[in-house]
Amino acid sequence: MNAPANLKYTKSDEWFDPATGAMGISDYAQSQLSDIVFVEILVDEGDTIEAGKPIASVESVKASAEIYASAGGKVAAVNKGLSDKPETLNSDPYGEGWMVKVEGGAPGDVMDSGAYEKYCEERSH
Amino acid sequence: MTYIPISPNERDAMLETVGVKSLDDLFEAVPAKHRFPRLNLPPALTEMEAMQELSGLAQANENVQSDLISFLGAGMYNHYIPSVVDHILRRGEFYTAYTPYQPEISQGTLQAIFEYQSLMAALTGMDVSNASHYDGATATAEAVNLAYAQFRGKRKKVVVSPTVHPQYRAVIRTYVQGMELTLAGDDPNTNLDSQPDDLANLIDEDTSLLVIQYPDFFGRVYDYTKLIEAAHAKGALVCVVANPTALALFKTPGSMGADVVVGDGQPLGIPMWYGGPSVGFFTTRKNFVHKMAGRLVGETVDNRGQRAYVLTLTAREQHIKRERATSNICTNQGLIALGTAVYLSLLGKKGLRQVAELCYQKAHYAAQQLSQIDGMGLCFSEPFFHEFALCVNRPVAEVNAHLLEHGILGGYDLGQDYPALKDHMLIAVTEMNSKEDIDVLVEVLSEVSHG
Repeated sequence: MNAPANLKYTKSDEWFDPATGAMGISDYAQSQLSDIVFVEILVDEGDTIEAGKPIASVESVKASAEIYASAGGKVAAVNKGLSDKPETLNSDPYGEGWMVKVEGGAPGDVMDSGAYEKYCEERSH
Repeated sequence: MTYIPISPNERDAMLETVGVKSLDDLFEAVPAKHRFPRLNLPPALTEMEAMQELSGLAQANENVQSDLISFLGAGMYNHYIPSVVDHILRRGEFYTAYTPYQPEISQGTLQAIFEYQSLMAALTGMDVSNASHYDGATATAEAVNLAYAQFRGKRKKVVVSPTVHPQYRAVIRTYVQGMELTLAGDDPNTNLDSQPDDLANLIDEDTSLLVIQYPDFFGRVYDYTKLIEAAHAKGALVCVVANPTALALFKTPGSMGADVVVGDGQPLGIPMWYGGPSVGFFTTRKNFVHKMAGRLVGETVDNRGQRAYVLTLTAREQHIKRERATSNICTNQGLIALGTAVYLSLLGKKGLRQVAELCYQKAHYAAQQLSQIDGMGLCFSEPFFHEFALCVNRPVAEVNAHLLEHGILGGYDLGQDYPALKDHMLIAVTEMNSKEDIDVLVEVLSEVSHG
């Protein structure tokens, strides 16, 4: 379980990068979902999104999950390549697996990596 | 596995839990005089007497196997069904309508469904098929759901050709209630002589789906390639409702660019019964598979590396995806779908084409003969498959009553759906109609015309 220190995390296992405005799902989330076979980003460039609202939908071989915005703001970019390579979410959730970038991102209810690691650990017991 | 719904002990435990002494206490809220009304039933019959009574009632029915010559189609068709189809359907191993979740004990059924999907994909010219819907009408409505989900509800318009089966259009209207969608083109008063390409004018950037039928409800065959291109130019998807028998003879909807192909599988070895049950097929392109409703069987390998079959991509289904799923229907018609797969396997590519050719040739002979009757005529001049609209110049009900006296089940009364086609009937001809049958029809209709 890996949670880079420069990112912020939500209780629903999304990350937010305050430096770039990027967001996606955490390493913990991808490992819980197992092999991801489908991803659909539900927002478009230019949309204004609100923290906590759905931005994407993913399906793995055993589950389906809604992904929520870890920060609000105006969508500056959407990772269009993800739908062709959904497995990227498993292999590189913090890098190539980014989903949406926002401008002037206002993080929602987030915690730092230390608190998030502890939160994940509690749930795995 | 023994399954006893309720034992006396269990019943007593349940009664105690809800706090009543006996079953009768449960019904106390119902006024006494309504509790056990006298039903005035005759004394019970023995099995032998009941069988005689029911056989007598059944004999009052007339059927197309032994009593009537049928020229009725309009969505259900009288085709020859090889006896093997029924023999396989009645095998206990297959005798369920449901798709099996446990591949460990269901390889036979799963393989049969996989074969069904492969046959349907080949027949329609598409990438992927689900494991069926209830019937052609519900499969068509599910295409509307797919398109709605594909555009995430942002495109609010569906264009439906008025020459799609009237009952299919009615089912679409039922499905879209509350979805805030607009249906365009779904107007029986439209000029039915207008060409399908005219539908392109109704398609705009707000259109999610165009629904067209092939051959259309009047049996007419068009190449929809240009229309489909026009729809795609606006970003809309296209669903083609197809007759599966016709697909053995004509260009596939897949090769014309369709995104979804649906239809009723009844012509493929399923009796007309009393109008059902039937099976709806649904095929699409690979990139829409996650928005497709229904079960899907895939081929894989087991832990010993042997070929095996298993339900696949289930995370898109309603029991996992819940309210975010494309549809809340995943029920299928496993047994009837199996029947179509058996039929197609028996006939093969050439056999099915032969059936389609017989239908085509016989229908054209019938149309040519009927159009020569004084006062009657073909309604349309376009190429057609095995159905055509005939103007009979008097109420269709009257004509059909006369035909029935001669043991002929006449055509479908088009006036009930299309005001402009009052006094027109839709006549279907299949391989089951001999030349003699057709000549009798022509003779009796000539009498009607002169009488």
